[in-house]
Amino acid sequence: MKRIAFALLLSCASSLAFAMQSQADAPVAFQNAAEEAHFHALTSTLRCVMCQNESLADSQAPIAHDLRREILELMRQGKSDAQIRDFLVARYGEFVLYKPRIEPATWLLWFGPLALFVVGGVSVAFIVHRRARRLHAEAPASESPAESSSIESSEDW
Amino acid sequence: MLRRLLPLIVFLALGALLFAGIQLSRHENPQALPSPLIGKPAPAFALPNLLASNKLRNADLAGAPYVLNVWGSWCVNCQEEHAVVSAFAARGIVKVVGYNLKDDPADAKRWLAQFGNPYALIMADNDGRAAIDWGIYGAPETYFVDAHGIVRWKFIGPLTDDIIDRQLLPLLPAKQATP
Repeated sequence: MKRIAFALLLSCASSLAFAMQSQADAPVAFQNAAEEAHFHALTSTLRCVMCQNESLADSQAPIAHDLRREILELMRQGKSDAQIRDFLVARYGEFVLYKPRIEPATWLLWFGPLALFVVGGVSVAFIVHRRARRLHAEAPASESPAESSSIESSEDW
Repeated sequence: MLRRLLPLIVFLALGALLFAGIQLSRHENPQALPSPLIGKPAPAFALPNLLASNKLRNADLAGAPYVLNVWGSWCVNCQEEHAVVSAFAARGIVKVVGYNLKDDPADAKRWLAQFGNPYALIMADNDGRAAIDWGIYGAPETYFVDAHGIVRWKFIGPLTDDIIDRQLLPLLPAKQATP
């Protein structure tokens, strides 16, 4: 495990060194501000496949440079953002999308928290309602020791 | 009864969830991305032959399985795996093709002269554009493409004998796996 982590670190470091020495790795040049804004909006929603905690807009990895160049070219060919995302997903997988698509494999991811919230809310409402009803019903005769202990035991966990 | 057991059940469920997380993260290289190309035809390419003046295309490799090994003279890990690739290629089980990524041809040739050339053929992708079609994002990476031109396997990072034995050899056609 350590060896692999070290190898990855080395490969990242060596590719960074490569990025610095190569003259082809100049930043992409934009035709106008609108194009630049559009490009940054798109690339900041895509993940760099090499250094995976960075967006494609920020990463210095050589593959990120190549992909930025490719994306700009696709934009200039008139491809839509969706088409460009499809292009990348077909080659590098769903991983490149910071915002996963809504499809059966990602339903749990998208709707799981909402489902948990609903289940929790229903449980709390149910418990509160039941307790309130029981207190209400038992209030007139609440001096009986057996009943008051049953209320306590239902509350104590 | 259920009320008393509930905390234990919640604890066990949480334990199972965390254990599953540990099991999932035991993958050899957690950063390696599964290739969406697996099971699909290899992308079309037309790249210069590093050691000759012709171009190499899919058609030149069609009809026989091959292992595509991505390397560059700038890549430290490629030196590390070079001995493994050379030993595997020398066994003659399957054709091993080199993919020279983002390299200066002169540097690449010097590297081969220094360490030895294990490859049957080498295609040179100097600007890394064709590599995007393969989903290549660094070097070393290794693909196995079967006789029908379908990508069957991808490995990211330096190859080892163990990985070749456990992952690659079982994919090779039986008659070719026994030399």
